[in-house]
Amino acid sequence: MTSSERPTGDQAELDVAAIRKDFPLLHQEQEGKRLVFLDSAASSQRPVHVVEAMSEFYYTSYANVHRGVYRVAERATNRFEQARATVARFIGAGSAAEVVFTKNATEAINLVAGSWGKTNLGPGDAIVLTILEHHANIVPWQMLAAERGFEIRWIPATDDGRLDLSDLDRLVDGAKLVAFTSMSNVTGSITAAEQIIAAAKAAGALTLVDACQSVPHLPTDVTELGADFVTFSGHKMLGPTGIGILWARAELLEAMPPFLGGGGMILNVTTDGFLPDAPPARFEAGTPPIAEAIGLAAAIDYLESVGMEAIRRHEVALTAYALRKLSTELGDSLTIHGPSEPAARGGVLSLELHGVHAHDVSQVLDEHAVCIRPGHHCAKPLMKHLGVPATARASFYLYNDTDDADALAEALVAARDFFAL
Amino acid sequence: MSGLEDLYREIILDHYRNPRNRGELESPPAHRAEGFNPLCGDEIVLHVLLDDDGVIDDIKIGGQGCSISQSSASMMSAAVKGKTIEEARNLTATFKAMMSIHETEIGGDGSEAEADEPVTADLPLGDLEALRGVVKFPVRIKCATLSWNTLSQAFDELAAEATG
Repeated sequence: MTSSERPTGDQAELDVAAIRKDFPLLHQEQEGKRLVFLDSAASSQRPVHVVEAMSEFYYTSYANVHRGVYRVAERATNRFEQARATVARFIGAGSAAEVVFTKNATEAINLVAGSWGKTNLGPGDAIVLTILEHHANIVPWQMLAAERGFEIRWIPATDDGRLDLSDLDRLVDGAKLVAFTSMSNVTGSITAAEQIIAAAKAAGALTLVDACQSVPHLPTDVTELGADFVTFSGHKMLGPTGIGILWARAELLEAMPPFLGGGGMILNVTTDGFLPDAPPARFEAGTPPIAEAIGLAAAIDYLESVGMEAIRRHEVALTAYALRKLSTELGDSLTIHGPSEPAARGGVLSLELHGVHAHDVSQVLDEHAVCIRPGHHCAKPLMKHLGVPATARASFYLYNDTDDADALAEALVAARDFFAL
Repeated sequence: MSGLEDLYREIILDHYRNPRNRGELESPPAHRAEGFNPLCGDEIVLHVLLDDDGVIDDIKIGGQGCSISQSSASMMSAAVKGKTIEEARNLTATFKAMMSIHETEIGGDGSEAEADEPVTADLPLGDLEALRGVVKFPVRIKCATLSWNTLSQAFDELAAEATG
């Protein structure tokens, strides 16, 4: 598939040097400094395998899917559906028909709100969200609530940015849906999905898991998880932009009306109306992200060749190292939001350098070629809970190593000294 | 770090550490306006009190943000206090002309014609000149113009109230 060598095996420690060879963007220097990319929680970089798979597909097998009779079109359709099967296998789905391709995770959540939500939620109903949610799992529900008039309840957070589940049973009582993140994109906190799903099931509520931050970094099995809807994006897991996934249990998808209307999602159309197709086609109106699906499948192949367990172990070890390093180098001048125990979090560090705004921190770090993200990370309710207007967020992936953590610490010391605090 | 020192002049850091006219005014009689930078979460809450002649009698700045947005707001408050609305609007146009490399993209209320034609860009900017270096960092221009856009918004709201 590619000339470059792939890392092999589910090894205890990743060969980060070998992995970095597959990511050309990481090889560049910025004003003579090695580029340190620590913004994968926003969007990851991608290996040559993904770009080459998409190029190869465009150059040899591209045509619109599900339409043509000619052989190139048939090949394109087969590759597209193979990609769906690859996604299904990767997340432990019961069948490929449970995997719906969307534009991104945001569209996947909007699909659930606009289809399942619109037909199942109304006055007197309630859904449960959490303070940890990304705006993508808040605003679609608020938009629908304004239209349909149901209640939104909130699972609160602890001071260190984890979910406070002490009142869970009361909150889910009588609710129709519990929608929550599997890992906070701000604090990295991994949520107790099993506990929430068990409580929701006991209360007769469905569950939606926003798995954007966990699917790229942790082994995922949606069947074992027992959720009803799971959403994630391709671009955070080494795949291309423009593709996201909605997984849902087959019987739920079968009962749901279409979200967007158009070509590709119908069985028949007359002047009197239309008959929708079966899932997943029912939810894929218009030409889907075809090459993006091929690219996502290549990303999954890459992740599996490294091993999701190995990636997780690497990130836990790297996060533990970074937490120690930052605390040694910066002490009381830095607050790191989120759980202090590395095993309870993903490789996401939300940093608050006291007296220096996150935007200014990020500017100084850019001078050191360290790429992090300042801001509210599309999670304003959580930022309000933490009592900060913005944090500087550094996030790790399989291509980061302790040199990157050292560079982060060094640049933060420089930022602190620059602002002379 | 010469680039950084261009951005973070000493006077900017001074205004950031010791913001002028920080606080609130009773509203009414003062007019309150809020401005947001949705990308980074910066927030300006501005209170402006006019006297009977349309002169800015007092101005207070609240909210939170980075050193650039906060120092720009602080310098702006010092610069427009005691000026008429018209003078303040001219100063706004002058300041935004200085920040004008991406004028049409930064969501300023100034039209393109205004940006191209520096008829109002002849006022002395004083301390505000220190923010000139921001132009070299395009993503930070919005930080510098946030308070000025909020001031323009306050004037627009006051004018709408007067005619409405």
